[in-house]
Amino acid sequence: MEHLIELKDVYKIYPMGGEAVHALDGISLTIDRGEFVAIVGQSGSGKSTAMNIIGCLDVPTSGTYHLGGVDVSTMNDDQQAEIRNRMLGFIFQQYNLIPKLTVRENVELPLLYAGVGAEERRRRAEESLERVGLAGKERNLPSQLSGGQQQRVSIARALAGNPSVILADEPTGALDSRTGREVLGFLQKLNAEGDTVVLITHDNSIAVQAKRIVRLQDGRILYDGDARDPRAVVHAAESEEGVGA
Amino acid sequence: MNVSQSFKMAIKSLRTSKMRSLLTMLGIIIGVGAVIIIISLGNGVTGMVNQQVEKLGVNLVQTMIYGVGDGTTLNLDPQRMYDLVEENPEVLSGVSPYVTASAVVRSNGTEYEDTTIYGVSEAIYRPESNSTLDGCTLAEGRFLQYVDVVRRQHVCVLGAYLAEAAFQGDALGKDISIGGQNFTVVGVLDPISATVDAGSLDDQIYIPYENAMEIMGARQVSLYLFTSTSGATAAAAKELIDGLLFDYFQNQDAYYTTTMAEQADLINAMMSVVMVVLVAIAAISLLVGGIGIMNIMLVSVTERTREIGIRKSLGAKRRDIRRQFIIEAGTTSAIGGLLGILFGCLMSLAIGSLIGSMLVSMMTGSSSLTFNAAPSLGAVAVSFGVSVGIGVLFGYLPANKAAKLNPIDALRYE
Repeated sequence: MEHLIELKDVYKIYPMGGEAVHALDGISLTIDRGEFVAIVGQSGSGKSTAMNIIGCLDVPTSGTYHLGGVDVSTMNDDQQAEIRNRMLGFIFQQYNLIPKLTVRENVELPLLYAGVGAEERRRRAEESLERVGLAGKERNLPSQLSGGQQQRVSIARALAGNPSVILADEPTGALDSRTGREVLGFLQKLNAEGDTVVLITHDNSIAVQAKRIVRLQDGRILYDGDARDPRAVVHAAESEEGVGA
Repeated sequence: MNVSQSFKMAIKSLRTSKMRSLLTMLGIIIGVGAVIIIISLGNGVTGMVNQQVEKLGVNLVQTMIYGVGDGTTLNLDPQRMYDLVEENPEVLSGVSPYVTASAVVRSNGTEYEDTTIYGVSEAIYRPESNSTLDGCTLAEGRFLQYVDVVRRQHVCVLGAYLAEAAFQGDALGKDISIGGQNFTVVGVLDPISATVDAGSLDDQIYIPYENAMEIMGARQVSLYLFTSTSGATAAAAKELIDGLLFDYFQNQDAYYTTTMAEQADLINAMMSVVMVVLVAIAAISLLVGGIGIMNIMLVSVTERTREIGIRKSLGAKRRDIRRQFIIEAGTTSAIGGLLGILFGCLMSLAIGSLIGSMLVSMMTGSSSLTFNAAPSLGAVAVSFGVSVGIGVLFGYLPANKAAKLNPIDALRYE
């Protein structure tokens, strides 16, 4: 069976002052439908670059990326936009809601760009908001909601387009631990309902909420496997020390 | 994502910063307003000229005779002009010499030195409209008649000023001395202007033309007023008259004939040149307004970089973003254009009625003209179109900048 996400030997190299920085240094990774994967790593590990490429916001320098069986690694701007619109749902650390639009209008945005009619947009946005427990807040502005609620709006927005992959970039980073747990609970619930979730975080305690952990360091995959395996949460430095001890 | 949604978004965005939007529109408002005012006033003047032409008659043809050399060698007999009219009844319906003279007018020992004397024939008066070809109307008595002119009778028609100043309104049948000769008043004219004063348009006398030439010591009539059978035959009349005069003088510079329509055309052509120049100046304001819109759109793109990043991450294509900002710029300038049209129309009405009331205070009776400063529908439509066009044109650059933003950088923008 074909994988939902399939990265093959992906490099991302940035020229930086005459030197080539390998943000991703030959990554191969497959994710199947219904998985809940955490991509974890410290800053500079390449996890943001990985998220940009998986999220079709960027293209690899070399290597291939198939999303849903389609090679998206050589697409141009507008083709990527269409793939993002059709297949991906983003959840950002800063929620990234548009402040002057109401909650419902924010949730409708991906549908708007998909060319869905007004009636259908409204219905699906309301459905999506109900799913995250925000029915009745449709007419509020984002600024009238708490941080946790705003993040739920952005989850509703990610769900509205009925994407193949939910891509969550540090979704709990701006929240206190209780609402953070709440949001994670949501992601787990979505996964339990069949959605594929990819979580990007630097925080091990969050990463372990996923079923599978992919640990990155210096642009390479250090660990890829079950989240319950103790090695999943051990830093490279620590593990080397462990070997040495 | 279609145009009406972009339009709704643009309206929403304008409403969130009303003051800024208004200031952005100001250049367009002033520019469009100025264009509308200029066009309205121009229409008013053109309308007034046309009214004047209507009033004097579209069939009026003026011929000036300069003569050749020092003007003494060839003297055209006015009879030849009368003959011309008689020979061509299908084109010409009448002719009158129009001799302007100044002479001291004396009545009861009082001298009137500013009076203008017009030497004319009976044909200058049209009984059916009770008015002369130069726009006067008869208040009482009668006008000069054929017999008066042929026999050089010493009769005159007084302007409103002298009738009042010299005879206290009871002038009919009285005598008045013009250049030392006594004339009997047979008719009195209506006042033309509101201020009936010495030296004004109302300080005038009509006498038979040969009497006037005698007083002047003139050898020939230098101005004739013809009437053609209709406005349509005016050009043919001019050709006939010019043909006769060329045969006589053998020199095109010895005479000059214009029809009323030609004069109106000339004035209107001059007016349109003036208007084009003024509109071009006003258009500079539109240009400045457009640059203002571009400036504020560039600021807006920078301020909304993050929003653009969000929209792109959710699947907005370049053309979606570009369209959003172009429509926003176009909407700004379109609203500015509408406000400018409103402002221009109101100002035109105000200025128009001001000029109108000035005209009324200057002129009375049947000679009064109306001044109607209304913008033409075409001018309004073009101004609106131009203002929208300016918004789209000057919005393109910022919109394109927004469309090309990289979503990763835009999302990270604080």
